[in-house]
Amino acid sequence: MIRQASLIPPRAPSEEDAVLITGICGRLGRRLARVLHREGPVVGVDRRPFTDRPKDIRHEQLDMRRKKLKDVFRSYPIKAVVHLGVMHNPRASSADHHSWNVAGFQKLLEYVAQFNVPKLVVLSSANVYGPSPDNPQFLREDAPLLGGARFSEIRDLIEVDMLAQGFFWKHPQTETVILRPAHILGAVRNAPSNFLRLPNVPTLMGYDPMIQVLHEADVVQALALALKKEVRGIYNLAGPEPVPLSRLLDLLGRRSMPLPYTALKMILKRMWSLRLTNFPPPELDHIRYVCMVDDQRARADLGYTNRYPLAETVASVDQER
Amino acid sequence: MLGGEDFRERISRVPVSLGSSGFDPFGMDPDWVTTTLPAVAFLHRKYFRTEVFGVENLPQGRVLLVANHSGQIPLDGVLIGATLFMDVDPPRFCRAMVEKWSQTLPFVSTFFARMGQVVGNPENAERLLQNEEALLVFPEGVRGISKTFDRRYQLEDFGLGFMRLALATKTPIVPVAVIGGEEQYISIGNASKIAKTLRLPSLPIIPQLFFPGGQLPLPTRYRLHFGEAMTFEGDSDDEDGVVGEKVAVVKATLQSMVNRGLKERKAVFW
Repeated sequence: MIRQASLIPPRAPSEEDAVLITGICGRLGRRLARVLHREGPVVGVDRRPFTDRPKDIRHEQLDMRRKKLKDVFRSYPIKAVVHLGVMHNPRASSADHHSWNVAGFQKLLEYVAQFNVPKLVVLSSANVYGPSPDNPQFLREDAPLLGGARFSEIRDLIEVDMLAQGFFWKHPQTETVILRPAHILGAVRNAPSNFLRLPNVPTLMGYDPMIQVLHEADVVQALALALKKEVRGIYNLAGPEPVPLSRLLDLLGRRSMPLPYTALKMILKRMWSLRLTNFPPPELDHIRYVCMVDDQRARADLGYTNRYPLAETVASVDQER
Repeated sequence: MLGGEDFRERISRVPVSLGSSGFDPFGMDPDWVTTTLPAVAFLHRKYFRTEVFGVENLPQGRVLLVANHSGQIPLDGVLIGATLFMDVDPPRFCRAMVEKWSQTLPFVSTFFARMGQVVGNPENAERLLQNEEALLVFPEGVRGISKTFDRRYQLEDFGLGFMRLALATKTPIVPVAVIGGEEQYISIGNASKIAKTLRLPSLPIIPQLFFPGGQLPLPTRYRLHFGEAMTFEGDSDDEDGVVGEKVAVVKATLQSMVNRGLKERKAVFW
């Protein structure tokens, strides 16, 4: 559990202190590191190796659940922690998923409190709200997190979000920021990008919900903005204006394959159990119902604006990595 | 075009905010609307020959239209929408709140969204009114539309949500009495048990459906009476009793408008 008393007396943060990025070897982590290392030292933590790493970025290849994580906090003065190390592998066992995402994050929070880190930025997701037929068209930050009701793998992410919220209230000396972006598109390997990369995109006959997408570079930009002083709280992030799913496919020039809901669900279930697809069947709700966010707060308080227009954002899924 | 009306010209004068993609944030697509308008115009002008009274009472900017609900299928909403678009200058786009249940239906959900209809929840309503739009609500809900023939033109209990919304957004309320809807489908009962098992909001028993051609609504003449705008002041978070008093004022006004409209009506079909 998170210890209340911090062992290290607060000291004036200096510009020379490092930003710690967990999950630095992911697509977003590497992009963020490339932006931040020009301004100050960056330390990365990931269990994957960091290929073609810029020389001045320190990388510690370790598992976040291990004690070694504490040594990282001991050996570098840290002015901010950016937590990107959330596992989204639908194929991982749920115990593994849970211990990595939740136990690992709890450890991280413990050290943030203990070492008096003045800033914590957590990348959550708009998926924590979850698609639903009675969703408001644009969910605000105070909407309930119901994403786990139908899809258990999201429960970890909701738990991470909740832990970060708890930390926000319990440790006011740390400025905690939670970002909840809509579907991130880019060369990144995530479910929405992979879905749009399919040669023939299956859709649900008769359903064409409005969808928000945003470019991975805009997420990186928002993460950097969240590191600014005095910024704290929960912020939704969206990119360009929402469009129907069918318009996204038109823009990409993809052929859509409309199938009735029950048929597609059955096919997907079968394919999932045969390991022919990495899309869990409950995720079909994302192409059935709306799950969009109101990002006015991020635009007003963070000064966030999406730089990538719709066409470029959508086209980015076909980019070379 | 029906009646020589240029829908494209009218739709270009409607004050809605379309993004560069051509959709509004709620999924409305003017192309779909323009395609559907001839059919709506046919219903409005030829089939139901709607007579409209008091549209000059509509204020500019945000407005909450509160109407009695009737007729088993929501043609009342369609005709109020047609009136705002075809008989008001400058034309206005009327948003209605649809049941969340409709979102689970294929094609229906997409159609509603492209036509600018929005899932009924307070957040959506508030957003539309803050954008100075015209919002149509039926505070009777499903209870109103599925009335049996003996209860025609008797208002069911009103929900309180619309009043809280009007108070929170300082929106004038315009009561709209719809006359003619109750006779289009004559319902003699409600198979509520079957409706429950089928997860339908209601399942009216309508004998005319079993006759050839009876599936179409009877071509009654609709009469729409727009009342004067009512403004209310107070705290939107007041207790139910306090808000309920204000709701009762609207309900009484609407019921007396309905009664007056019925008295003035000489015949049901012309």
